[in-house]
Amino acid sequence: MAANGDNQTVSEYIVHHLTNLTYGKLPEGFEREDGTVISAGGQWTLAHGPNEMSVMGFNAIHVDSMLWSVGLGLIFCWLFRRVAVKASSDTPSGWINFVEMVVEFVDGTVKDTFHGRNPLVAPLALTIFVWVFMMNLMDLIPVDLIPHSLMLAGVEYQKIVPSTDPNITMGMAIGVFVLMLFYSIKVKGFGFVKELTLNPFNHPLFIPVNLFMEVVGLLAKPFSLGLRLFGNMYAGEMIFILIAALFSVGIFWMLPAALLQVGWAIFHILVITLQAFIFMVLTIVYLSMAHEDH
Amino acid sequence: MNINLTLIGQLIAFVAFVAFCMRFVWPPIMAAMLERQNKIADGLAAADRAGHDLELAQQQVADQLAEAKKEAAVIVEAANKRAQAMVEEAKQAATAEADRVKTAASAEIEQERARAQEQLMSQVSALALAGAEKVLGAEIDADKHADILKTLSSDS
Repeated sequence: MAANGDNQTVSEYIVHHLTNLTYGKLPEGFEREDGTVISAGGQWTLAHGPNEMSVMGFNAIHVDSMLWSVGLGLIFCWLFRRVAVKASSDTPSGWINFVEMVVEFVDGTVKDTFHGRNPLVAPLALTIFVWVFMMNLMDLIPVDLIPHSLMLAGVEYQKIVPSTDPNITMGMAIGVFVLMLFYSIKVKGFGFVKELTLNPFNHPLFIPVNLFMEVVGLLAKPFSLGLRLFGNMYAGEMIFILIAALFSVGIFWMLPAALLQVGWAIFHILVITLQAFIFMVLTIVYLSMAHEDH
Repeated sequence: MNINLTLIGQLIAFVAFVAFCMRFVWPPIMAAMLERQNKIADGLAAADRAGHDLELAQQQVADQLAEAKKEAAVIVEAANKRAQAMVEEAKQAATAEADRVKTAASAEIEQERARAQEQLMSQVSALALAGAEKVLGAEIDADKHADILKTLSSDS
């Protein structure tokens, strides 16, 4: 706490922590906080404050989420690629050992759940598991450390946990959804249409009902996949922020708040691993369902 | 929580990372692990085989040892027989040699004796001649009566 000057209230502190660094297009004629008016054609700029963000609408990008997410993805690629280059049938050691353990774990999970033959599923599951885990892991970095440091460097907002951004989790969920649709059509062909229309009531009269139910069921999959991860991580982050806010209440709260912070962090180690695992397993299950012809 | 272009950005990043993983990360690691698995399986099989081979070799060694012992026994027996035969042979040879020597010796002795007898005879005849000469005087000519003397010495 004690981040943004002395006159910051607790709710301001929390809102500030939950605001992304947004780069987007302000519409023509919009008057900014400092009084400048956007000229014709609109202007791409960093948003100051939630109001500008909501005005930007869809034409905006969360710079912090994107940078952290892509950065962590690159770290994943680099770490695992190094092992892939060095991997041999000799005795593995150190980091190679760890990576092989992760790979074997993912491979085992895929083999247990997914019975088709598809070279995409296992690497997909590995990428999801490690990447989501790394994004979740950012939650364990003390909430004020990086945002406050960056604020001193002049960056107004910073949200370092990409998986607390619904754009990030839904982006991946939509990726999985596209794969589900692709493999459903590729494997089942017209059978996919039959599955959507003739289930669960196999009668021509019930086609609209079936279609409605099946489409809702189908759409619920990516939503539940993306929003589950987002909700869990958002809530976890929120609790970290609330506990951090306790530090400002008074000197007597320092020790309990510190203990709470440590306790929640330890518990959160389980949560982030579990959420990464669930995201991976559900992806495998959904793709497995897409491959199964009834 | 605004939905915006970040969604698309993340979707693109997701596709890129999965593609990278699928192309450059997963296959080499899996291949290496599979290769190691095979290597270990081969190693274990080889160890099994080696154990089996060892057992076989030990069996063979035992067999060969037994055979060698048997052969050695046969050889020793043969050698013993041969030695006995040689002793026997030597004995026979010695006996034969002894016989030969004895025969030769007895033949020589016989010869010697014959010669001595002859000598004695001739001496006797000479003596008899001398006696007769003495008795008869000059009546008898040695040259004239050589025939008679000769028959005398051969008769005696």
